[in-house]
Amino acid sequence: MAGATTMHLGGNHAARFENKAATSETPLVKWTILAIALTFFTVFLLMPLIAVFVEAFRKGWETYVTALVDPDALSAIKLTLLAAAVSVPLNLVFGVAAAWAIAKFEFRGKQFLITLIDLPFSVSPVIAGLVFVLIFGAQGWFGSWLIDNDIKIIFAVPGIVLATVFVTFPFIARELIPLMQAQGKEEEEAAVVLGAKGWQVFWYVTLPNIKWGLMYGVILTNARAMGEFGAVSVVSGHIRGQTNTLPLHVEILYNEYMFSAAFAVASLLALLALVTLVIKNWVEHQAARSYRDTQESAS
Amino acid sequence: MIFKSSRRQLLALLLAAVAPLSFAQSNELSLLNVSYDPTRELYQAFNPEFSRYWKEKTGQSVTVRQSHGGSGKQARSVIDGLDADVVTLALAYDIDAIAEKSGKLPADWQKRLPHNASPYASTIVFLVRKGNPKGIKDWDDLVKPGVQVITPNPKTSGGARWNYLAAWGYALKKGGSEAAARDYVSRLLKNVPVLDPAARGATNTFVQRGLGDVLLAWENEAFLSINELGPDKFEIVVPSVSILAEPPVAVVDAVARKRGTETVARAYLEYLYSPVGQKLAARHYYRPIKPELADARDVARFPKVNFIRIDDLGGWQAAQQKHFSDGGSFDQIYGR
Repeated sequence: MAGATTMHLGGNHAARFENKAATSETPLVKWTILAIALTFFTVFLLMPLIAVFVEAFRKGWETYVTALVDPDALSAIKLTLLAAAVSVPLNLVFGVAAAWAIAKFEFRGKQFLITLIDLPFSVSPVIAGLVFVLIFGAQGWFGSWLIDNDIKIIFAVPGIVLATVFVTFPFIARELIPLMQAQGKEEEEAAVVLGAKGWQVFWYVTLPNIKWGLMYGVILTNARAMGEFGAVSVVSGHIRGQTNTLPLHVEILYNEYMFSAAFAVASLLALLALVTLVIKNWVEHQAARSYRDTQESAS
Repeated sequence: MIFKSSRRQLLALLLAAVAPLSFAQSNELSLLNVSYDPTRELYQAFNPEFSRYWKEKTGQSVTVRQSHGGSGKQARSVIDGLDADVVTLALAYDIDAIAEKSGKLPADWQKRLPHNASPYASTIVFLVRKGNPKGIKDWDDLVKPGVQVITPNPKTSGGARWNYLAAWGYALKKGGSEAAARDYVSRLLKNVPVLDPAARGATNTFVQRGLGDVLLAWENEAFLSINELGPDKFEIVVPSVSILAEPPVAVVDAVARKRGTETVARAYLEYLYSPVGQKLAARHYYRPIKPELADARDVARFPKVNFIRIDDLGGWQAAQQKHFSDGGSFDQIYGR
């Protein structure tokens, strides 16, 4: 990944930079800045995270497990996994296609397409949810047609999946576009000159080049898909055991004075976030290494 | 190449995740009860009782699913297509709105069950912090400077609309004129720091976040917070006058017909009027319509209140139009 690599190289550079007396800060400035950063980190990130786990286990291990194997909780876990399992592959295909088109070809309206891809980022999730209600709700554009054909979208699983796909739309494309643009299209052109067909070019040239960026995008998409609250809340209908995802289930438990259970389920989401972070770091590490390897073999 | 070799594994993993989630519909009956915010505990207790009763009576298994939220918002969801077999909302107007906007039930739905289709009633009381440090005794104390009042947003919450009308009704009775009522309510709203979207959210704001000096709450919600979070923290103040809140219930005919649940949906609501239903209502701090069927000990917990009725304020259609529609008295007062 491009970002991680520059950071890595930058690290070496900074060390050399700081060794010279003329370019280094006084220890006071250095430690003050460090202290501010650490305080912020502790107060805003570490403490909430610890609080989630402390609260989750306040009433003991047994309450914790009971909260997670409750049928409503299990159905929320299943629905959350389903939403992620649909939105990740869909956005994978779309993201790669969009990034490929934008990075490797010139066409009219390219800038417009890039802006459009960013739309789910700039629109509030609640609005995103309401848009689907307006389109697919009983009073919406396709409402009567859907009712006549007995298709349920809003307040059912398809609506939740749709909303999730919408809010996670840009992650992969956004990750890949700068990467593919930076790489240029020389390698692909070389492959074509050597006689590769379209798909061969993609599998043997493009994909290996973007695989770490792609992985990174997938991880981000997955994390957001599982954690999305706003848009999903609007289209869910909040039917327990049917249309509740994990974040919605946390809210319900909290509102019913079952704080330990709420935090137990929240800790599941927090764990997911932690695992995501670990994988993300691993991916970045791998990306940096593969970049270094190619640099070395090139020189 | 790492990517290629793991592709098949990734696919298998995805399939494994999706496979157990097939949408197979089971043969047993299910009902969806779309309700308002504070009834969570009541229906959690009532639903298994009804399932047992129905199984004994007919041999059919029935699962009742719940959805809770602000009453107005829930009505909106049903209008937008949430497939509720029955609705049990905070006030008649919200079910009227469903009847009017979606035509899923007839306009005279309220005549189909006894007592305006309300199997239980409640009222609006004040929840204050232990010892009542601000000395709040009646409605007049709420508009004193320095008193913070917590109430949800009447645009989305049914409870908030009852709060608003109780305050309005009190001032109307005391001041004797519309102008006096409007003046009182606008002074009251000045003391409200935050409007939550639903009753449970407002309760949490007051109880958990410790905001405000007094919570205008459903009587059942006030009892529940004391019960859940300790009698050593809060106490209930019953004002001299309050409103008789009748949360109604109805079968959503169009949905029940489509899903083939008309009989069981009707029986579900009728069961609320049975001794079991009335007992559970009283146990969960709702005033049962037939107190003789409930436990005397539960009924004894309800203090006597001088009630204003919604009909004294012209009924729900008129009250909604006048106070909570766009540009109504709430918008005029709060928008300023």
